Amino acid sequence: MSSRPAAPNPDNSYTFTAIGLHWLIALAIIGSFALGFYMADLPISPQKLRFYSWHKWAGVTIFLFVVLRLGWRLAHRPPELPAAMPAWQRSVAAATHVLLYLLMVAVPLSGWLMSSAKGFQTVWFGVLPLPDLLAKNEALGDLLQALHRLLNYGMAAIVFAHLGAALKHHFIDRDDVLARMLPFLRNPSGDTR
Amino acid sequence: MKSWPHSLVLSCAFATLVTLAPTAHAIEFNQLQLGKSSLSFVSKQMNVPVEGQFKSFRSRLAYDPAKPAAAKAELEIDMASIDAGSKDANDEVAGKAWFNTKAFPVAKFVATSVKPLGGNRLEVAGKMTIKGKTLDLSTPITVTQQGNTASFDGSLVLKRADYGIGDGIWADFGTVANEVQIKFRLVATAAAAK
Repeated sequence: MSSRPAAPNPDNSYTFTAIGLHWLIALAIIGSFALGFYMADLPISPQKLRFYSWHKWAGVTIFLFVVLRLGWRLAHRPPELPAAMPAWQRSVAAATHVLLYLLMVAVPLSGWLMSSAKGFQTVWFGVLPLPDLLAKNEALGDLLQALHRLLNYGMAAIVFAHLGAALKHHFIDRDDVLARMLPFLRNPSGDTR
Repeated sequence: MKSWPHSLVLSCAFATLVTLAPTAHAIEFNQLQLGKSSLSFVSKQMNVPVEGQFKSFRSRLAYDPAKPAAAKAELEIDMASIDAGSKDANDEVAGKAWFNTKAFPVAKFVATSVKPLGGNRLEVAGKMTIKGKTLDLSTPITVTQQGNTASFDGSLVLKRADYGIGDGIWADFGTVANEVQIKFRLVATAAAAK
């Protein structure tokens, strides 16, 4: 048992809404990233057109869930970090989270703008046309494509850091950082250390 | 005294001539202005409207507003001048499944009848040939005349499958719709009357 009185606090967890949004968005991002990575270099075919549309529909959907998640995050204080965590790690964790939120917004936006500049409007689920914020412009389209790619690789790198940190907390530090986001990991005995 | 009635006669004759000029001396719009003309289309890919155009075409036009039914129109489109929205698309549509541009470099429309619909509208019927296939086509056209220039505007829907455009893997209309919206504007100036 920990000497910290609040340590085994069963409430030291994210809300179910936050947990649900985290994993839903995580899976959707991994899926869209993989699809985007795969489809980009395919030769043109009906399948490629379908993949592009699905990727764009997913991007719009993820963006909406991210907006929802940001709203939830601003209205709900996340659980405390372990008291034993050094200040530098807290700073790095905070910066990583801010970057992830920024990228979750910037990646779909860059994809949307890129589509417009390339002259292919985004029509959500083939039903709802999104306005084109940019007119067709080939050079700008190529630039935004490079930006979309760069932001995605940046996000992939940060996601790996995020994942690595979560595993390090769970298996090396043996604290409850990962369990706050995966409640079933909590030791049934109540001992989270 | 002798010159006065003479000049009166002359000016009367001149006034008559000016008034009657458009009908008496046929004005014929027959010089296509490629720079002001356009031939564009919108295809739907996964329900996303994608604009394209043909940049090179020729037209033999002869349109006399006084005798619209006698108008003649021919249009030849260079299929290689297509801009289908992206470089990938341009390469793809030149292929055999689409326009087979090598074998069929030119699409052609020849008007066979022109009927005035009243106002500034005409019904133009003719033969459209794309990819070696000729089908009847008829479409209303709006004529806007401004001095020495006339513009002929219209839009119509072509079904790509009718001409065998987009075969094989592309035959499914779920990805690229069968209906293609065509929009054209032909601007012609009048050459000096014969």
